[in-house]
Amino acid sequence: MDDNDLKFAVNNLKVCIDNHTILNGIDLMVNKGELHIIMGPNGSGKSTLANSIMGDSRYRIEDGTIRIDDVELNNISVDERARKGIFLAFQYPVEIPGVSLSKFIWSAQSSLGKNTTLKEFQVMLENGMKMVALDSSFSKRSLNEGLSGGEKKRSEMLQAYMLKPRLIILDEIDSGLDVDALRQVSDMINHLLKNNSAVILITHYQRIIENLTPPYRVHILVNGKIVQSGGYELVKKIEADGYESFKEVN
Amino acid sequence: MDTSFKTVEKYAYSSGRGLSKKLIEEISRMKKEPEWMLKFRLRSYEIFLSKPMPAWGPDLSKLNFDDIIYYIKPDEYKASNWNDVPTEIKDTFEKLGIPEIERKYLAGSIAQYESEGVYAKLKKEWEDKGIIFMDMDSALQQYPDIIKEYFMKCVPNTDNKFSALHGAVWSGGSFAYIPAGVKMDMPLQTYFRMNANNEGQFEHTLIIAEPDSSVHYIEGCTAPVYTTNSLHSAVVEIYVKENAKARYTTVQNWSNNVYNLNTKRAWVERNGKMEWVGGSLGSYITMLYPSSVLRGEYATASHLNIAFGKGNTWKDGGAKVIHNAPYTSSKVIAKSISMGGGTSVYRGLIRINKGAYMAKSHVQCDALIMDEKSRSDTYPHNEIYEPTATLSHEASVGKISEEQIYYLTSRGLREEEAKSMIVLGFLDDVMREIPFEFSIELNRLIKLEMSKMGAVG
Repeated sequence: MDDNDLKFAVNNLKVCIDNHTILNGIDLMVNKGELHIIMGPNGSGKSTLANSIMGDSRYRIEDGTIRIDDVELNNISVDERARKGIFLAFQYPVEIPGVSLSKFIWSAQSSLGKNTTLKEFQVMLENGMKMVALDSSFSKRSLNEGLSGGEKKRSEMLQAYMLKPRLIILDEIDSGLDVDALRQVSDMINHLLKNNSAVILITHYQRIIENLTPPYRVHILVNGKIVQSGGYELVKKIEADGYESFKEVN
Repeated sequence: MDTSFKTVEKYAYSSGRGLSKKLIEEISRMKKEPEWMLKFRLRSYEIFLSKPMPAWGPDLSKLNFDDIIYYIKPDEYKASNWNDVPTEIKDTFEKLGIPEIERKYLAGSIAQYESEGVYAKLKKEWEDKGIIFMDMDSALQQYPDIIKEYFMKCVPNTDNKFSALHGAVWSGGSFAYIPAGVKMDMPLQTYFRMNANNEGQFEHTLIIAEPDSSVHYIEGCTAPVYTTNSLHSAVVEIYVKENAKARYTTVQNWSNNVYNLNTKRAWVERNGKMEWVGGSLGSYITMLYPSSVLRGEYATASHLNIAFGKGNTWKDGGAKVIHNAPYTSSKVIAKSISMGGGTSVYRGLIRINKGAYMAKSHVQCDALIMDEKSRSDTYPHNEIYEPTATLSHEASVGKISEEQIYYLTSRGLREEEAKSMIVLGFLDDVMREIPFEFSIELNRLIKLEMSKMGAVG
């Protein structure tokens, strides 16, 4: 078993927020190095799924389980989930004034028990910043403070690269990106997949998918349920007909 | 959690509780002071009696002047018993990794601790340059003329009730004199001062930076200081002459039975530069508003302050800057953290007098509130009498957000690590200005406080 071995499973997951049920019985299996793409209309529960896996306390699990390597995560803290190898790239990363990006990643690495020398760290950081096309000055700037939408997304991808998680959840990483940024972020996703991280990509758009290396599996999420899973043909279908036809299936 | 302190009285000479004219005469006589100082003390005592308690700030009604011991003869100061030091303080020392000998000093169970080898070398260097650095009582004996010229001129005994009290009962403290043109490359620290009587209840600090000189004076420490004295009322006076530069750095962490009511002020002459850097961690009630009076053209002042109001404590702090000359400028950055039910207040005054042509001032006060029980207030007071002057003021009050904690913990940081990271980030721009050894200790202390909070909630 190597470091990236992964057995991640969501079973019959039902989640509510403020007594509104958002997820209505989700099943999802993810193994080492796999790419899963989740698409769905606004309000279908995509972000809820991402945040429930990460352990956001605003969401309450009513039923079902989230497991990694057969360990149930339902009642495990957010930081413990991170230590088990789960990473969430946030849709709207929050600003933390006065904490530099490099210092933060350094601390996070040591919290995750990934100890590198300062020199190795710097080399890796430089590489990562080049890959996501972030100027090296960003490493000294405050975490997410004053960053543009695109810069925040690049910073999220850089963190994924530095922390080497086993499972990366990307919550609308492509929203607000221009063509170049989309290419760089996609290249990074491909790189992480190649290095055996598994990825759950949440998106509205076909564009990013076209940049990603197959194979992958597409899941359509409607009203808190995965109504259909398949390949690229589902993406084409959404592009042509929208989500209406899937709603009927539901 | 009981952090109250036992009163330990094992001094060879103690004035007993309460204050009287007779006691003041006794203090002056024991110190063999010149006649003018005795008169000054007695006049200060009258002013003290005539002034009402300040009613505009925190509640001081429980402060009982009759219950204070005003004078303990320093050279007969006897150690209090290490076994009487509360366990929590001992634990904190342990966690901060403070060596045993320092712990005992900090806890007041040994009167002083010195680093004699280093000190002897420094002392020689200072003497060669004409620098004087000694305790105030000795300075009064050896340099009575200088002391008479400067003592409580910048902070007069009429300034406030506590400066009057200080004038009556002051004892100990430091005297630093930097001759013209001498630029000190190493900070002066009370740590290195021989014969330092650091029980420091009413200590007086007098710093004179002659023209073109520069000095950095550091006092205090971040580790909790155990004291049975419940009133600390110091006065600091700094004279910054033409083209001179003075920086005064202090960190206090008194035990939580102490009223910490100080008056600190600098007079800054033409092109002089005054920098105040302060960290206020402990004590029960703190009232402290370091002041700069900008008296000559192009004089500048900068005030940086960090205050922690935690638990049953009230931090009332800020800055006062008086612009009395053209082209003067000032900058105030005050950061406060309130947690565990504590209160932090920023109270500041910027006055730009008529004739202070083109004077500039910038005030920034930021508050971080860690929980629902804690509070923060800001009372900025600005008086501008000069039409060409400019003043800008920024204030922010933030709460540590669940969203920030979620984000940081999602990367593997434990909750208390996440909290201390947010707090340290909030303090970052001031921390950069704090001497390295202080900032390291502050770092550790903040992490320690966060882990305590984590344990509670």
